[in-house]
Amino acid sequence: MADVTTHVDEVRTRRVTNAALGIRRSILQMAEVQGQGYVGQGLAVADVLAVLYFDRLRYRAEDPEWEDRDRLLLSIGHYALALYAALGEAGVLDKSELPTYGADDSRLPMSGMSTYTPGMEISGGSLGHGLGIGVGMALGLRHQGRNAHVYDYLSDGELDEGATWEAAMAAAHHRLGGLTAIVDVNALQADGPTANVLKTESVTEKWRAFGWAAHRVDGNDVPALLAAFDAAQREDEHTPRAIVCDTLVGRGIELLENREKAHFMRIDDDEWATCRTQLEERYAR
Amino acid sequence: MSDAKAKRATTSAMIASIADADQRRSAAPFGHALVALAEERSEVVGLSADLSKYTDMHVFAEAHPERFFQMGMAEQALFGAAAGMAEVGLVPFASTYSVFATRRAYDFLCLDSAEPGLNVNVVAALPGLTTGYGPSHQATEDVAILRGMPNLTIVDPCDAIDIAQAVPALADVPGPTYMRLLRGNVPVVLDEYDYRFALGAAAELRSGRDVILISSGLMTMRALEAAQRLAEDRVDAGVLHVATLKPLDLDTIGRLARGDRLVVTLENHTVIGGLGESIAAGLAFAGEPRNIVPIALPDEFLAAGALPTLHDRYGLSTDRVVERVKQALAA
Ligand SMILES: Cc1ncc(C[n+]2csc(CCOP(=O)(O)OP(=O)(O)O)c2C)c(N)n1
Ligand SMILES: [Mg+2]
Repeated sequence: MADVTTHVDEVRTRRVTNAALGIRRSILQMAEVQGQGYVGQGLAVADVLAVLYFDRLRYRAEDPEWEDRDRLLLSIGHYALALYAALGEAGVLDKSELPTYGADDSRLPMSGMSTYTPGMEISGGSLGHGLGIGVGMALGLRHQGRNAHVYDYLSDGELDEGATWEAAMAAAHHRLGGLTAIVDVNALQADGPTANVLKTESVTEKWRAFGWAAHRVDGNDVPALLAAFDAAQREDEHTPRAIVCDTLVGRGIELLENREKAHFMRIDDDEWATCRTQLEERYAR
Repeated sequence: MSDAKAKRATTSAMIASIADADQRRSAAPFGHALVALAEERSEVVGLSADLSKYTDMHVFAEAHPERFFQMGMAEQALFGAAAGMAEVGLVPFASTYSVFATRRAYDFLCLDSAEPGLNVNVVAALPGLTTGYGPSHQATEDVAILRGMPNLTIVDPCDAIDIAQAVPALADVPGPTYMRLLRGNVPVVLDEYDYRFALGAAAELRSGRDVILISSGLMTMRALEAAQRLAEDRVDAGVLHVATLKPLDLDTIGRLARGDRLVVTLENHTVIGGLGESIAAGLAFAGEPRNIVPIALPDEFLAAGALPTLHDRYGLSTDRVVERVKQALAA
């Protein structure tokens, strides 16, 4: 039995890790077309997105509007680049469309818009909206007797917004076990390190105090992520869950991992080739 | 990517410049003006909601770290705190993007500052269509949202000079103010004209017999360019710059709108509830109704895309302004 479990875990880990590499490749490709984009953040969340699309979410690639699908809300609309890469990997988007990212009349605008892109559940860009919408979706799906799960993907910066905590309280009050908040803690926001902008720690304790079952995990460690999502799933069915993921900006590319952290990460024209090479080298190990 | 370079021209990135390539510019005029004001007035303080770097407030924060207060990405708390500081006698300048100042935090400006008439100065970057980042960041209706707020002064400066001169004037207003900020490398235009910012006063920058272009904000820049181009076609167009949207200088506007010149309003804002409607209603209410050609953004959520593409598509580019004026003259 133990051997079977280990084998299953290895298969899951391999599948997710391969998908994460594909996501990172697409992120680089799209960002290079524009010469910019939220590359650092995208690379940081590639592993979590791979877990979601290749281990967690129930969806139909050919029918993104399938009404019993699990919902992934990208509250962090500026991370759209990363989600497009994941949707490409998952087959919801055709990968050939990805290079239109950010171009006039593209279906892939720089900031996530539900009206533009299949698989983009909400229009983001204004931060702090996702969790409230997630509460409504989870309430609505439960009311309709459907057991689709709702995941809201938010950032540490969004913990500054009062609306996030209003929704968190509502979720606990309404006993929304069908709702999971994934919190990307990259310790960074627009004006600098989160610790200098507005102290948000201790993040896990805050979610617990609001009545959520909270787990904290290294968001770039695939086996640990799988275990955390599994553990969250085993929580009490009436308790909303938070999975706090610590991520490394620029993850997977040494040059970017070691660059001074900035909300807009600068990548010079002659650095893209190095980025590509370093990414392949990392995964070849 | 072999075609990477070719595609870059169409970026919808948030950081877009409204300056033309050949235009003179000045860096962070708001930040520098606030630093200058702070040397004179010790009660001036700055606040931001995780956007100091993107609203030129960082210049002030670096010059006066002990007078800058970072509120985190919490716009409601930003305006609440600014009101509190004004209550105890300070003169706060609070910065964020226009969309968040208006859509998210309205109530906290209205009740906390406007009703008690506190000296809270909101500095709002990315007004109207000044980013290609899509509806979440395009504050196309910020003036429409705010015009109905009693006690609030609203200014829409045209260039770096206008901004620099507006800052001390806004601090002098006893009640709350809202400035539509142009940030980063801001065009310098008005020094070629005999102009000084005066709160509440519209300024005739150029006179013209055939057309009067009444504009605010960056559209005054476009109006001046359009007037020059129209002159090449022997159309004599004047330009009236309305830097203060509320209170509106209806005396000057009414005087210049009289007669048989074509009246055109130009604003970087939806056609609903901004400069054009304010003027139309103001003149009609005063018993002097006028036909007006409104150049403004449509009543729509606008597209994401490159800013020059969008200004052209939605009628704010100089080319489109010239076209529209000529059409109206021909009609
Ligand atoms: C309501 C709102 N306020 C301000 C902004 C401007 N803004 C865009 S990203 C950002 C930083 C937010 O923190 P986080 O998502 O943690 O940033 P990152 O990790 O990507 O640096 C800010 C303030 C916004 N998009 N929405
Ligand atoms: Mg962050």
